Amino acid sequence: MINGNKETIAQLANEGKRLDGRSLTEFRQPIEIETDISWTAEGSAKVRIGETVIMAGVKLSIEKPYNDTPNEGGIMINAELTPLSSEEYESGPPGMKSIELARVTDRGIREAKAIDMKKLCITPGEKAWFVIVDIITINDAGNLFDAAGLAVLTALKAARFPVVDPETGAIDYKQKTKVSLPLSKEPLPITVYKINGKLVVDPTNEEENASEARLTVASDSKGTISAMQKGGEDSLTIDEISEMVDLATEKSAFLREQINKVLKK
Amino acid sequence: MAYTERLDKRKFDELRPMEAKIGVVKNAKGSASFKSGKTWAIAAVYGPREIYPKFLANPTKGILRCHYTMMPFSGSGERIRPGKSRRAQEISMVMEKALLPVVDLTDFPNSVVDVFVELPQTDAGTRCAAISAASMALAHAGIPMKDLVSSIAVGQVDGTVLADLSYGEESYPDVEVSDIPVAMLHNSKQISLLQMDGEISKKDLLKALEMAKGATEKVYELQVKALKEHYSKE
Amino acid sequence: MSSILVQDKSVVVPGEILAEGMDYLPGDNTYRENDKIYSKVLGLGYPAGRVIKVTPLAGPYVPKPGDKIIGKIIDIAFSGWRVNTSTAYSAMMNVKDATSRFIKKEEDLSKIMAIGDHVVVKITNVTSQNLIDLTMKEPGLYKISGGRLITIDSQKVPRVIGKKGSMISQIKEKTGCNITVGQNGVIWLKGSPEGELLAEKAIKLIEQRSHQEGLTDKIEKFLEENKVPLPERKSNGSDLKESEGNEYAEETEEGGQ
Repeated sequence: MINGNKETIAQLANEGKRLDGRSLTEFRQPIEIETDISWTAEGSAKVRIGETVIMAGVKLSIEKPYNDTPNEGGIMINAELTPLSSEEYESGPPGMKSIELARVTDRGIREAKAIDMKKLCITPGEKAWFVIVDIITINDAGNLFDAAGLAVLTALKAARFPVVDPETGAIDYKQKTKVSLPLSKEPLPITVYKINGKLVVDPTNEEENASEARLTVASDSKGTISAMQKGGEDSLTIDEISEMVDLATEKSAFLREQINKVLKK
Repeated sequence: MAYTERLDKRKFDELRPMEAKIGVVKNAKGSASFKSGKTWAIAAVYGPREIYPKFLANPTKGILRCHYTMMPFSGSGERIRPGKSRRAQEISMVMEKALLPVVDLTDFPNSVVDVFVELPQTDAGTRCAAISAASMALAHAGIPMKDLVSSIAVGQVDGTVLADLSYGEESYPDVEVSDIPVAMLHNSKQISLLQMDGEISKKDLLKALEMAKGATEKVYELQVKALKEHYSKE
Repeated sequence: MSSILVQDKSVVVPGEILAEGMDYLPGDNTYRENDKIYSKVLGLGYPAGRVIKVTPLAGPYVPKPGDKIIGKIIDIAFSGWRVNTSTAYSAMMNVKDATSRFIKKEEDLSKIMAIGDHVVVKITNVTSQNLIDLTMKEPGLYKISGGRLITIDSQKVPRVIGKKGSMISQIKEKTGCNITVGQNGVIWLKGSPEGELLAEKAIKLIEQRSHQEGLTDKIEKFLEENKVPLPERKSNGSDLKESEGNEYAEETEEGGQ
């Protein structure tokens, strides 16, 4: 990929401008959210922010609870940065970028206790529902963290439990109930990038590469922070972090609105 | 008792509803989406580009590499573990062989053209949808090709020859079933993918392959329509 | 009996029959099998006299001697630089082809061009295996600084340049940008941020609609509707130089660095 615009991006940021004409704190358009894109998943979503496209799918299964939490179910989030979505990615085992994406998205949901794990328990110590969410990139045009968070939360909200045979306890994946996941909060991660000392949201690939640091902040509708991840080579001042958190909670509310618009229909 | 009415009331040679679209992955040189019933394949083409590892390079022409992946949530049962299964590797290989007769990479020695296919949801006929999508994506990428490749499964349930079997038909209980994925080159009507699961008589096999001509023609018409509409004059 | 089946400039798919009979000849991006001529790419088909041709709508760049391209320095060797050409093939640029200045044996080549720098270069030689030689020692070839780089499908380059450079001249004029179009689809724009953005949008619009008629007028309208303030132009008016066909030469002020 041609990546020769680093200096120009830095210069423009200094003037409060960006290559594509947006303001520093403006998301790309369109933002599109679609649910139930996969009949084989218990819940699914496809999200588009600008040219970035991500899918997320939820699968539910019944497993034995972990020994230290016999009364709880569990959640696992996995991410695949597919070679379909960018020439930068290769087939094979997940690299550090996909591991980080999965873990940051996972913490945002898990640490907020967004899903009531106790309600996922069927028989203590024996059976509980486990939630596995897979994030699949379709086109990586930047800002995967926010797009993935948006896709995962939407897929979780759209998910419905499959029918379970009361006699055998077997899951009939072909039939869904009307029961949704016990989701009490709606945390969404927003990543604020620092480019030439300026704070920027929703970067393109080129802007990501031109940035010196980033901070992902997951927050819910009350503004409670449930996960953070600082990335990039440079460090951040406490003042910068304060400003980044404000910006992230504001944008998190903005994206939450987009989900609710779609799901209310 | 013969199979006289299909589970979803289709005529014997009728295909499931199809949908095709070009340009669904912006980063790729070419891309396409192909839906057949509840099976959905997204294909993206990258290259010609440098090949790694280098020893795979062919100094006389570029090579074609296909990568077939079912998304972890795309199976009708439990979650599929990510990573290349043997099934996915075999399908990737037969996809390459299905497309190779039309693709001409003599202008690009030592390079590779990669075709990636991801399936968000499946219900039988995944390799056929993958090949039909890949063929459109290669054309969209401007790769020199002698023809388009169109793919569909034909087969037989309890003695009745059918086109485009659904999962319910593929796994029809207690009777003889066969599933024959076929890919066909449009002009020559030659067959570049042929596999079979199940049992069939030679007579029914030839009947099924004859039916594949008409069935792939319908796929072809949709592929052409999608490619042409993508470049509408508006 | 021979007949042409392709309508003038209509979209054709690979394998589509363009003409029947032996009175016609297969031209660019077509092939003959028995008495029929078929398209070999997705493109716009048309007859040029007795020859049937197809202009591809997309496709990989095939390096050709004489082409001006924009590349990126990816490695520095003893004798010169390795350049990514946005194709499957990287190219070598020898020290003696990069500058006419005398380079001492122990001189640090990265001071001249560093990894990551972009250069406007000309292809001097291509082997059958697509090994590419480059030069930067001619007018209009130089190391790029500032501005922005964008990439389009190389097949759309002739449309972006337009007949005798008409399209690109119009964009330059209305956006106040200097624009260098590489035949490999890499384009360098330099002007005001607003001018560069408008030029980028106009070029992307051409890329999207290259198959449509009346494109020059559509782009003119687009540029008119999205006007940006223009910097004062030097009135020498000599910065547009056309050479034959689709080739397009850029001003030389930054050459020979």
